[in-house]
Amino acid sequence: MSDPVNSIAEWLRMILSSWGLSEGLITVILGVLGVVILASFVLIVDIMLVWIERKIVARFQDRFGPNRVGPYGVLQPIADVIKLLIKEDIMPNGADKFIFNIAPIIALAAVLLLWAVVPLAPTIIGADINVAVLYVVAIGSLGTLAIIMAGWASNNKYALLGAFRTVALLIAYEVPMIIALLVPVLLARSMGMQTIVAAQSTWYIFVVPLAAVILFISSIAELGRTPFDISEAESEIVAGFHIEYTGMKFGLFYAGELLHALTVSALISTLFLGGWRGPFVDQVPILGPVYLFIKSFFVYYLIMWIRYSFPRVRIDQMLGFNWKFLTPLALCLLIVVAILDKLLVGTSQAVYVLVMLGANLMIVWATVLILRKYARVERKRIGEERPVAVPPDTESSELVGQE
Amino acid sequence: MLNDWIFIGIFLLLAPIFPALALLIPRLIAPRKPNPLKTETYECGIETYGETWVQFKVQYYIFALVFLIFDIEIVFLFPWAVAFDQLSMFAVLEGVLFIMILVAGLFYIWRKGVLEWV
Repeated sequence: MSDPVNSIAEWLRMILSSWGLSEGLITVILGVLGVVILASFVLIVDIMLVWIERKIVARFQDRFGPNRVGPYGVLQPIADVIKLLIKEDIMPNGADKFIFNIAPIIALAAVLLLWAVVPLAPTIIGADINVAVLYVVAIGSLGTLAIIMAGWASNNKYALLGAFRTVALLIAYEVPMIIALLVPVLLARSMGMQTIVAAQSTWYIFVVPLAAVILFISSIAELGRTPFDISEAESEIVAGFHIEYTGMKFGLFYAGELLHALTVSALISTLFLGGWRGPFVDQVPILGPVYLFIKSFFVYYLIMWIRYSFPRVRIDQMLGFNWKFLTPLALCLLIVVAILDKLLVGTSQAVYVLVMLGANLMIVWATVLILRKYARVERKRIGEERPVAVPPDTESSELVGQE
Repeated sequence: MLNDWIFIGIFLLLAPIFPALALLIPRLIAPRKPNPLKTETYECGIETYGETWVQFKVQYYIFALVFLIFDIEIVFLFPWAVAFDQLSMFAVLEGVLFIMILVAGLFYIWRKGVLEWV
C-alpha cells in the first residue's frame, strides 16, 4: 500500500476487465478518471490560491486581508466564486462573440493542460512523455493566444493595447526561457520530466544556478506579473486585455493567472529544485506531492515577493532587458555548460558540480562587471543630456529678500 | 508510452470542459438585462471614437520576426541536447558554432537598431 494511486488504478483495471471490457476501453476509462481527478485537485488548489495570494499580499501591504468569512477568512474564495457565478455577464457592443466567449476557456484550459506532465511522485505522473519540456513550451504559448483573442474580440482600445503589449512581451521572454529550459535537458540528456527529476541527485539549482535565475525571471515575464505587468497596467490601460470581461469570465482569467503562477513554480521546482525528491520518498511515494508542493509554494512566494516589491518597467526597457541582456546571457551560459559538460566526462560527481558552479559564478561575475561599465557610461550620458536642476536656494533667498 | 499519449489526448479534450462548465452555470442562474448604456465599450467614461481594430505598429512585427528566427533555431538545439552522450567533442563544438551564428545574428540586428523601441 505504499503507492495508493497506482494500486487503486490496478484494482479498478481488474474490476473493469472482470466486467468483460476490452483493454483499450479500460485504458480510456482510467485516463478519463485520472484527468478528472487531477484537474479537480488542481482547481481546488487554485481556489485556495486566491485566499493564499490575498492573505500574503495583505501582509506585504501591512493589512489583514480577508478575515470575515470563516476562520482567518479561508472561506473567502468560496464566497467569491458564488458571487462570480450569480453576476450578470455583459457582452460589450461590437464584440466578436464567439472569440470573446472562448478566450477565457482557453486561458484556463492551457494552464490545466500543463499539469499533465508535472511529476507528483516517483510513480505518480499524468503522462510521462519523452518530449515533456517541448510540450510545456507549446502549451504555454496557448495562454498567450487566449490573451490575444480576448484583447482583439473585446472591441476596446485598452484591451487591444494590452493584447499587443502581451504579444511583444511573451514572445520576447520565450527565447531566454527556452534556452534556460535547454540547460536541465542537456544535463539530464532527456526531455522527460521523470528522467530529469531522477537525474537530480544534486539539485540543478546547485549545478547551474544561473539557468534557474534566467528561467525564473522569464517565467515572471511570461506570467505578466509585476515588474512585467504592462499587459494589464492599471494606471495606463485600466485592466488591459480583460477590461470588458465580467462575472465568471473574468473569474476564469483570474483563476488562470493564479494557477499559471503555481504551475510555473511547480515546473521550476521540478527542473531545478529536484521535484518530488526528498527524504524517504522512495519508500513512501505519497510524500512526493508534499515535497513538490512545499518547493512550489516556496517559489510561488518568491514570485509574489517580487510582484509586490518592484515597480513596473516600461515596454522599451523590458524588451531591451530581454534582447540585450537576458538572451545573450542565456546563450553564453548554454555554450559554457555544453563545453564543460563534455570536458568533464568521467570525473566524479563532486568535481563536476563544483566546476559547473564555479563556471556559473564566473559568468555572473563577468556580467556584473559588464553591467557596471555600462551603467557608468549610461550615467554619464544621462548626466550630459539632462543638466542637474538649479539649486533652489537662489529662489528662496529672493523670496526672503522680497519679504 | 502509448498510454501516456492517450492520457494527453483525453486531457486535451477534457480540459476545456471544466472552464466551460463554470461558464454554463452563470448562464442558467445569472440575471441577463442588457441595455445600450451597460453594453457600451468601457473607455473611462468617454464615448469610444473611431475604429478599434486598427493597424498595429510595425515594431511588433519586427520583434515577432526576430523571435521566430530564435525560436526555430533553438528547437533544433533540443535534439542536440538530448543526444549529448553520443556526441563527440567535435559535434559539441559544431553545436556551439551554431549558437555562435545565432549570437552573431543577434549582434547584427542590435547594431542595425532593430532592438530600439521607437
